[in-house]
Amino acid sequence: MSRPEALKEPDLPAAFPRSLSMPLHPLHGILLAFPVALFPCALAADVTYLNSSEMQWSNFAAWLIAGALVFTGLSLAWTLARVAMRRAGSCWLAIVLAALFVAGLVNAFQHSHDGWSSVGTTGLALSVISIVLALAAGWIGYTVPREVRA
Amino acid sequence: MTVLRHAVLALAAPLALTACDKAPELDQTGARPQLPAQKETLLPPMKIARPAGWNGAMPSVPQGFTIIPIATGLKVPRQTLVLPNGDVLVSEGLGGGAPKLRPKDVIAGYIKSLGKSGTKGGNRVTLLRDRDGDGRYELQTVLIDDLNAPYGLALVDGDLYVADQDALLRFRYRDGATRIDGTGEVVTKLPANPNHHWTKSLTASADGTRLYVGIGSNSNVGERGMALEEERAVVWEIDRESGAHRTYASGIRNPTALAINPATQALWAVVNERDELGADLVPDYMTSVKPGAFYGWPYSYYGNHVDPRAHPQKPEMVRKAIAPDYALGSHVAALGLTFLTGGGFGGNYADGAFVGEHGSWNRRQLAGYKVVWIPFTNGRPSGKPRDFVTDFIGPDGKARGRPVGVTYDPVRRALLVADDLSNTVWRITPSAAR
Repeated sequence: MSRPEALKEPDLPAAFPRSLSMPLHPLHGILLAFPVALFPCALAADVTYLNSSEMQWSNFAAWLIAGALVFTGLSLAWTLARVAMRRAGSCWLAIVLAALFVAGLVNAFQHSHDGWSSVGTTGLALSVISIVLALAAGWIGYTVPREVRA
Repeated sequence: MTVLRHAVLALAAPLALTACDKAPELDQTGARPQLPAQKETLLPPMKIARPAGWNGAMPSVPQGFTIIPIATGLKVPRQTLVLPNGDVLVSEGLGGGAPKLRPKDVIAGYIKSLGKSGTKGGNRVTLLRDRDGDGRYELQTVLIDDLNAPYGLALVDGDLYVADQDALLRFRYRDGATRIDGTGEVVTKLPANPNHHWTKSLTASADGTRLYVGIGSNSNVGERGMALEEERAVVWEIDRESGAHRTYASGIRNPTALAINPATQALWAVVNERDELGADLVPDYMTSVKPGAFYGWPYSYYGNHVDPRAHPQKPEMVRKAIAPDYALGSHVAALGLTFLTGGGFGGNYADGAFVGEHGSWNRRQLAGYKVVWIPFTNGRPSGKPRDFVTDFIGPDGKARGRPVGVTYDPVRRALLVADDLSNTVWRITPSAAR
């Protein structure tokens, strides 16, 4: 099975069995870093809005969530490609990223509401859920497989 | 993989819970509209009627009336004014330009643009003249050019007043003029930053000493920050001589047309209310504008119905808020108002007002897209709105036109309707009359 050039994994010992886990491609890792960083920033902006009623903080949160979503989507697509290529360990990452994408998308719509409704209880809860999922995705994605670490 | 697919489907399910409004028929017109519970859905209910040409078809009018286009090829006609000599002025413009602050502003701007003509605003006032009184306006010429999104028009004491989106201008008018050069004299600057709602409606008091300008809010419900709402959602009363102004009424979200009620000489307005509280909230309204009154925006609507989106909330303002006189229906987007004078068309159309309804985006079942008639008795509305000019939505569900300003011509007994989608001015007359 030939792989597209863009999806080429880092060089590994030739004897390395394909079915075992492999670390993320560096570019994939960079894509995954965005949701890990941006979703917590969105929560911080949400909390600041709820404390200040200053709309600009809600606007910041809306852009942060939109940006996080774009990179979550790219990272998810790459992970699904890994799943399709039967890279072990990719399935959980795909599930968590898919959940994160959905939570982030719902939150993006929530943040499109006007005034207090742009955050409120729902937006705050979705932001917290997004952080948990983003951190979980980062944890799974950045864990170096034991076989490679050795 | 199946596990994955199921997980994705399960998580995607909430997205389907967007908008489905099979609303029971609510009575949302008249003095006491039914106001259902607020319904904020993940996505607002939306339907944009895509534009389509008239292709020879015409709007429908009641039996006994005739409609013809008297001007076509205009550049986004908004409001009209009939001069003493019978000439008709049309303001043409498309203003606004508030910055896009959120991803939503980008997307919503695109969606709403699907229902517009795409024509660039003319930034001018066009003059139409019917030399021989046969109801055909042979002359169509630019009276004033290089304006900045003109909307409201008024003629007082030989001066023509034009409400640009950023200033109230005065032009010297000679009877019979077909061209006015120059930039006009600034009577007063008008709040224009950043003009989320940019239309500056205009009318003169009955005695001509005062001018009233309607200044719409800078947001749906304060989501651009209340700092931008200073001197917004208000009606200004302007001294015609000095240009000095005072706030005549406030909390009046978007007063898109002003007119003097001939029976009482009181100022009346049609006002566009807020969006995204459901398909049946909040009804747009027509009201007498009481001096000093606060009409609720953004804190509440129809008196004390609190809008939770305005934050921090202001209970003291909600207590002050008064309800408007007469609801027109949710999301109809009333943009035109004119009263009949001198017996009007007689019969069923002797005493009352016409309202131009541009049409909705924030509901699945389209509302507005017509001109309605509201009967008055002793200066007060005395019945339900009745359709007067209809079929702006074609049988295919596409919009052939969208009514904006309506003006009654008392000299020639005609109703003028500006249509900013087909860039036409329509004229409706009793069939017998010429």
